[in-house]
Amino acid sequence: MAEITLKNVGKTYAGGVTAVSEVNLEIRDGEFIVLVGPSGCGKSTLLRMVAGLEEISTGEVAIGARVVNKIEPSERDIAMVFQNYALYPHMTVRENMAYGLKNRKTPKGEIEARVAEAARMLELNAYLDRKPRALSGGQRQRVAMGRAIVRQPEAFLFDEPLSNLDAKLRVSMRGEIRKLQRRLGTTALYVTHDQLEAMTLADRLVVLNGGRVEQVGTPLEVYHRPATTFVAAFIGSPAMNLLDAHVVGGRVILEGHDMGPAQAPDGPVTLGIRAEELQSAPRGLPVKLDYVEELGASRILHVAAGGQYLAFVQSPEIAIPEQIYLTVRPQALHLFDTATGARIGQVPAPVAEPVP
Amino acid sequence: MMQKIKPLDHLILILGALFLIAPVVLAVMSSTHSAVWIHTNGIALLPGTDAYATYKKVLTARGGFTGDVTGARMILNSMIMGIGFAVGKIVLSMMAAYALVYFRFRLATLFFWMIFTTLLLPLEVRIMPSYQVMSELHLLNTYTGLIVPLLASATGTFYFRQFFKSVPDELLEAARIDGAGPVKFFFDILVPLSRTMMAAIFIIMFVYGWNQYLWPILMTTDEHFYTLMRGIKSILQVWVGSQIPDYNEAFALAVLAMIPPVFVVVVFQRMFIKGLTESDK
Repeated sequence: MAEITLKNVGKTYAGGVTAVSEVNLEIRDGEFIVLVGPSGCGKSTLLRMVAGLEEISTGEVAIGARVVNKIEPSERDIAMVFQNYALYPHMTVRENMAYGLKNRKTPKGEIEARVAEAARMLELNAYLDRKPRALSGGQRQRVAMGRAIVRQPEAFLFDEPLSNLDAKLRVSMRGEIRKLQRRLGTTALYVTHDQLEAMTLADRLVVLNGGRVEQVGTPLEVYHRPATTFVAAFIGSPAMNLLDAHVVGGRVILEGHDMGPAQAPDGPVTLGIRAEELQSAPRGLPVKLDYVEELGASRILHVAAGGQYLAFVQSPEIAIPEQIYLTVRPQALHLFDTATGARIGQVPAPVAEPVP
Repeated sequence: MMQKIKPLDHLILILGALFLIAPVVLAVMSSTHSAVWIHTNGIALLPGTDAYATYKKVLTARGGFTGDVTGARMILNSMIMGIGFAVGKIVLSMMAAYALVYFRFRLATLFFWMIFTTLLLPLEVRIMPSYQVMSELHLLNTYTGLIVPLLASATGTFYFRQFFKSVPDELLEAARIDGAGPVKFFFDILVPLSRTMMAAIFIIMFVYGWNQYLWPILMTTDEHFYTLMRGIKSILQVWVGSQIPDYNEAFALAVLAMIPPVFVVVVFQRMFIKGLTESDK
């Protein structure tokens, strides 16, 4: 169990392609950090640099008090779970889990005890003598986790571990990973491109884009106060509506309609509104219905306001009115700089507090 | 799934099988007759009565110019050649492929293509320089001289290189995190994974070594190093005066020469097919 500190970490591949640049991050002991971003944003590269599988071009990575830049992966006291499990196909489940310990010259009795304990935790007892090919995807993923657990490392590194599982299994494994990490109290660094997975697992999220950190924060912070338009569009489903608007005399004007107060200087802005925050009302922004997505529990209405399209969520019990007018609470207006995409001004504190 | 039996297909199959089996049957049957019988009646389709005597003579009777090389000795020599070739080539080409695939060193690709182009050169092209090297090393008439010069195998290196390349990178990374160094990774992970591949190469190389003819003739003058292939040839080489070549013995030796390769193929067959078709990953 240890802190992980990244100082100005960057990665430039031979050939001059920069995958990651200037990442600063302090991970607290026992924290669950999720690196999230679209493919090619450098999240896996960053994780692999922490693991020692990728050389660090600039900056410093420290696990605990130790700077590990030049230390072999096996000496870094980390364990990694791979997307395609990377189990040794010719070894049984038991041998797979014990292999790392055997290489470390751990006494036999202790290896057995640790493997048994991990197997019990992951409900793998019945499969200990099977080969990986005789296991289902979910079971293989469990073995991969078992292999990480038995090591009792300072930190777990997860590289999209759930991407190869079907949707239903992914949800249950997600829960298991979270519970397991809480129980063991081991620091975890987790890479995913799935924003839902990121939201549900993380103590803190690190949103990456183009090799740079866009925002670091708790899931709710990131959700309620996205630092940039990129984060706003990436986190949350459906994606936040991002619209061209103007600020005139402290009011946001969208398509000639006054949406509410704004603490920003006059001029063009990007207005962000979550689909869940828009409500249809007798009066407000007039919009024309484009099409409807039925989700069962809710319904997403895609509408057009002037030349801009936006989505909002409505309960399926409410009939779709003939003429739709939308309103939004002033707190739910997010303003971003049109040029840089950075957030403008402060929005009052988020409504919900995280569940402890 | 029930399929309609098509007589024509079966006819073709049966004819094909007969065509392939016929020479073997002729060899086995002829080896049971006496040399004189064969000389007067031609090769035989039906068994004769001299089987025991012929095979006993072939296996135990001392022959050759020096008069002390037996068929059993020749089988042993061929066996040493076959197994030495197969094992040596597997070991060498696995190590070469491991270096080529997993260690980034300068000009690795160039080296690989240099090895690979030697595939195009048959043994005969470099047989004189090879002979000279062995002669100067005083390795003529030794098993070392027979086996070692031919151990470098472009085919084997190529096969193992392709196989190692298909092993997922994550396996190497997992092993690195698990604290396995280059040697451990090779023996603990790669070698067990290559089992089917090794079986496939073993069959090919065993038969290759077993069938060597030109190289042993050049490298050895001592009859103790006679292989079966040379034995067969020397039996038929006695057209002097009124001698009849011992056809029956030649056939018997040929039949004996077939047994080990067939045995190897039968034993390794399942692994062989697996090695060539599926990758067990």
